Amino acid sequence: MNFIKILSYSSLLLSTLVLFSCSKDKNTPEPQAPNELNGLSLVTTITNPQHSIALYTASGKLQTGYNAVFFQIKDADGKLLNAETVTWNPVMKMMHMSHSCPASDIRLKPDAQYTYTGYIVFQMASNGEEYWELSIDYSVHGTTYEAKGTITVDAAPKRVIESFMGNDSVRYILALAEPTQPKVAINDMIAVLYRMESMMSFVPVDHYTIKIDPRMPAMGNHSSPNNVDLTQDTDKLYKGKLSLTMTGYWKINLQLEDAAQNIIKGEPVTTTNESSSIYFEIEF
Amino acid sequence: MVRLLFLLSAACFTQIIWAQQAADSLYTDTLQQKELNEVIIISQKPVKDQMAKPLSTLDRYLETAGSVNMIRRGSYAWEPFLNGMATERSTVTIDGMRIYGACTDKMDPITSYVEISNLSNAHIHSGPSGSGAGATIAGNINLSRKKGHFGEKQWNGNALMGYETNNSQRIAGIGLSQKANRFFTNLDFTYRKAGNYKAGGNNEILYSQFTKYNASAIAGYKINEHGHIEASLIFDQAVDVGYPALPMDVASARAWIVSAEYFHHFPSAAADQWQTKFYYNNVTHSRDDTKRPDVPVRMDMPGWSKTAGFYSMLQGCLQQHHHWKLNLSGHHNISLAEMTMFSSHPGESDMFMLTWPGVQTNYADIYLEDRITLTDNWSINLNAGLGLHNNRVVNEFGLSSLSIFYPDMPMSRSRLLKRIAVNLRYDKKHWSYKLELAYGERAPSISEGYGFYLFNSFDRFDYIGNPLLKKESSVNIAGTVTYTDDKLSVKLSGNWFNIHNYIIGVPQSGLSAMTIGANGVKIYSQLAYARIYNATFDLNYAISSSWLWNGHISYRRGIGEKGINLPLIQPFSYRSAIAYSYKSFSAEGMCEGAASQQHINKDFGEMELPAYVLFNLSVSQQIKLKEQKLTIKAGVENIADTYYTTFADWNRLPRMGRNFFINLLYSF
Repeated sequence: MNFIKILSYSSLLLSTLVLFSCSKDKNTPEPQAPNELNGLSLVTTITNPQHSIALYTASGKLQTGYNAVFFQIKDADGKLLNAETVTWNPVMKMMHMSHSCPASDIRLKPDAQYTYTGYIVFQMASNGEEYWELSIDYSVHGTTYEAKGTITVDAAPKRVIESFMGNDSVRYILALAEPTQPKVAINDMIAVLYRMESMMSFVPVDHYTIKIDPRMPAMGNHSSPNNVDLTQDTDKLYKGKLSLTMTGYWKINLQLEDAAQNIIKGEPVTTTNESSSIYFEIEF
Repeated sequence: MVRLLFLLSAACFTQIIWAQQAADSLYTDTLQQKELNEVIIISQKPVKDQMAKPLSTLDRYLETAGSVNMIRRGSYAWEPFLNGMATERSTVTIDGMRIYGACTDKMDPITSYVEISNLSNAHIHSGPSGSGAGATIAGNINLSRKKGHFGEKQWNGNALMGYETNNSQRIAGIGLSQKANRFFTNLDFTYRKAGNYKAGGNNEILYSQFTKYNASAIAGYKINEHGHIEASLIFDQAVDVGYPALPMDVASARAWIVSAEYFHHFPSAAADQWQTKFYYNNVTHSRDDTKRPDVPVRMDMPGWSKTAGFYSMLQGCLQQHHHWKLNLSGHHNISLAEMTMFSSHPGESDMFMLTWPGVQTNYADIYLEDRITLTDNWSINLNAGLGLHNNRVVNEFGLSSLSIFYPDMPMSRSRLLKRIAVNLRYDKKHWSYKLELAYGERAPSISEGYGFYLFNSFDRFDYIGNPLLKKESSVNIAGTVTYTDDKLSVKLSGNWFNIHNYIIGVPQSGLSAMTIGANGVKIYSQLAYARIYNATFDLNYAISSSWLWNGHISYRRGIGEKGINLPLIQPFSYRSAIAYSYKSFSAEGMCEGAASQQHINKDFGEMELPAYVLFNLSVSQQIKLKEQKLTIKAGVENIADTYYTTFADWNRLPRMGRNFFINLLYSF
């Protein structure tokens, strides 16, 4: 009895060892990043002679407003690479001018080995002759490369970005990042706030408050309780709480307040004023 | 197992003194001693004892009880207020079965899912004591079904027809019953259809129509000398029901109510009867506003309620002076209600919310009572019950919705609900005195605990439930004095409820009302206390063998913390009738009215009301043809066509003007 047990266990062990060593010996390419792209869809691929860079988003599209973008760099053999440095620069090529838009730094996606992520806030959609070009600069083994390609940016169906001049004569860009999947609940709300320094330079704004007042215009413009205005977290993102008491179309009226509590833009909603001049829209 | 447990607990308690006053053994009890609880007899009886209009709705029958007011939102499905308290504070049962209405706006109280043709009586027990139906503050209304008996083989039948001029109400019904030595069945079907009614002065009240179908069946089978089983079914459907006092109507309200029960007679020397019932009911309520021409936003508000439950009751008599009863019961309910609003802005998504967020109620209860005959004159009734009440929000969407208001709310909440009563009684010759002291507790209702933006069209506030509410409790003192002799019977009764943690909606500033045009948001909160006093006086006097006079006076007063008037409390009201009967003919003249209503709650939207008085007249004739019997009743209500409204009319909806009716009851 015991003998048989020992025999069967050892044969099991042996076969496992064989299996393991086999796979090592054969040197077949393991899938390099098996689950890193779960839930993401390919938007486009931009290439240079050495590499191709595949861009992904959750929807497979780029839209006006805040876009969480993911990408992977592959060599000609299709092998995923790690870059020592990566930066990107989206530029809108218009008829008579060019301008950029707010874009974050790039980092590795949490728990990923080869997938990079960051966000880009497009103020406007691609439009025939006027288009967005994304250039990615990176270095691999000490050599720097650039990849450049045209990307299509669709107009978001709802208002999720506000670009405006504050009463301090500064041009701001404010974009809604979360909730992407709103629920009838208290939702975590995230927004990003940038100041335009020049056509090509956008700088995150610190220590402001984004006041929110969600309203339902189709139902007497009623509001919801227990919202929390957005304030800046350590990761520079503006975070707050947005409560939505039912599904449908919500207008998130906004007011931007600076560190000294001056209202820079936006008006309170009252019985006579139905809406602020800056707002986001959420429909679900 | 259950049976073993049962017998064990029964054995334990036989030593202790617990008393009984069985609602079910009502008839035998009334013969032995004068019944001091209120009983509304609904089934047919000698013509001179019948209601002036026998084919009245059940609501009108219940309204005749001194302890009951019916809050009216239209012609149909009135809400029974017991001792001045809304349905959250009472239990309404059908043959002991618990049913939960499926409408968040109380448009379908339990009483709307039965018909008078199903029922033999309504037994009303006031106060938290003496109720095997579970935890309550105001009391219990148990609707007892009409059912046959085993006996000589016989078929009986009856047919009903009625017509009322004011709202063109047509009533038709048929009933069949069969009995045999080992088998009985009762079947009946009733149909009512009414158009809009007209208030005094020929003012048509739009959206006051209704149509109701009700079918019911009971069958009994005798297994042996000691046991028999009964199965019962009620199907009730109301369609196209208008609620003129509310902004919405009901396309359909449907209930299936089924049960099976086993009776065991004389299970032991100490026990007379053991009965165990299992039941299930399923209520679907579809509310919409498709018939209203002008609404700010169209909406659908369906609701569903399903309840499964059981009770097992053992009762008996020990040493001839302990009438005891032990009841174990439990039920499980799930209630869900939604609201979909269709945006008037083109292209926008529908707006959806759960107004009852999928709430389970799980309830288990033990109840004991012992009625002890102390001497020839004195008796005492001791009873106590303990219920374990649990609410659980099982719908994730619903839980996260309500968490907007209560971020840390528990998904589940349990409460232990206690009730105890001592009831002392003294009978001598023509006089009976009863004094009762009772304590009871209740858990918040589903709307009070978990409602989400429930619009109240009276005070025009959106109500939000509060899952953190404490139990409501009440100390109740009640007294009754009756005098009865051959000609005269007089009854004076009064009670006083001192309620702690009285649950009521309190306006919450800073919250935005969801409903278009609403005044604001109320959150269910608790007053430290509220007090309700009720007093009724009844008199029946046989002037001669042909002439009978009866009178009824009642008054309530409800005061909350800081002296606020509780809403929907009846002012001084009276009713007096004189009836004449000769052989098979009878006639009755009646007047009823109320004093002006001044104790109003303005926060609830109440306005002062003037006094009113109405006059009714009816005649009836019975014709007998061998085994067959035809009763014709005809009359007129509100003879003067008075335009009036009462405290019980939601949004001061005016009541019906002059109405002629004819009822035909044929039995064979």
